[in-house]
Amino acid sequence: MLIYNHMVVDTLELPDGDRVFQALADATRRDIVMRTLQGEQSVSVLARSYPMSFAAVQKHVAVLERAGLVTKRRRGREQLVQGNVLTLRSVLGLLEQFEAMWRSRIERIDEILAEESDEGDTK
Amino acid sequence: MTVTSIRKDPAALSMTITTEFDSPIGRVWQLWENPRQLERWWGPPTYPATVVDHDLTPGGKVSYFMTGPDGGQSRGYWRVLAVDAPYRLDFENGFADDDGSPNPNMPVMVIQVVLTDRPDGGTRMAIETTFPSPDAMTQILSMGIEEGMTLAVSQIDGIL
Repeated sequence: MLIYNHMVVDTLELPDGDRVFQALADATRRDIVMRTLQGEQSVSVLARSYPMSFAAVQKHVAVLERAGLVTKRRRGREQLVQGNVLTLRSVLGLLEQFEAMWRSRIERIDEILAEESDEGDTK
Repeated sequence: MTVTSIRKDPAALSMTITTEFDSPIGRVWQLWENPRQLERWWGPPTYPATVVDHDLTPGGKVSYFMTGPDGGQSRGYWRVLAVDAPYRLDFENGFADDDGSPNPNMPVMVIQVVLTDRPDGGTRMAIETTFPSPDAMTQILSMGIEEGMTLAVSQIDGIL
């Protein structure tokens, strides 16, 4: 990652951006993230929700885990999966920051257009 | 606030912001076509933009620098991909070296602007920004090209 210091900005921590986005590029994985954000779920319960094998769901969970989007822990024979709010916040936060950038540009455009209509000068 | 919709697509690495203006389409197009107008809104008040080259033809280049409160300058450019005045403008937006030439080591985002006439004489403007990779997004943000760095956390909270 290149570091440029001539402008200082408060960036979000995103440990590995590519992994995060690849993990979120799949509908099942997005669904797993959303469900496990609401509370811990076992892999076997999750597996029953999707038309795929236990092993396939386990693979999805592994991808999410590597991306930091969920954490996994064992309880007896069960594997419990918990969504990681901080990582998802970071992903959305990236787009959120570009949204803020454009919103402020549009506010300035609004001001330019408004001052002209005040002057009755429509160019 | 005239922003009517925001669509953020994390999988496609894109964001579209749609805005409605009362002004006619020709007037809204001026904001892009006239360099003196452009520099009034492209950069924030803390980092105002000065447009140097401005050639809105396919393959043409728009170059600018933005000056910070400490006098430091950040250079950027557009490479125009397509123009259909006053309806459409597609361009790449990247970072430039101190001599104004595109910095090949820095990421480039693609911006597509679509203006639509409204029956009441107003104009709808949709701006889609697409990023080549997540790393590019973080890199662009870490360059801090704009001041838009405040997080609207409330919206994320709503999703979660």
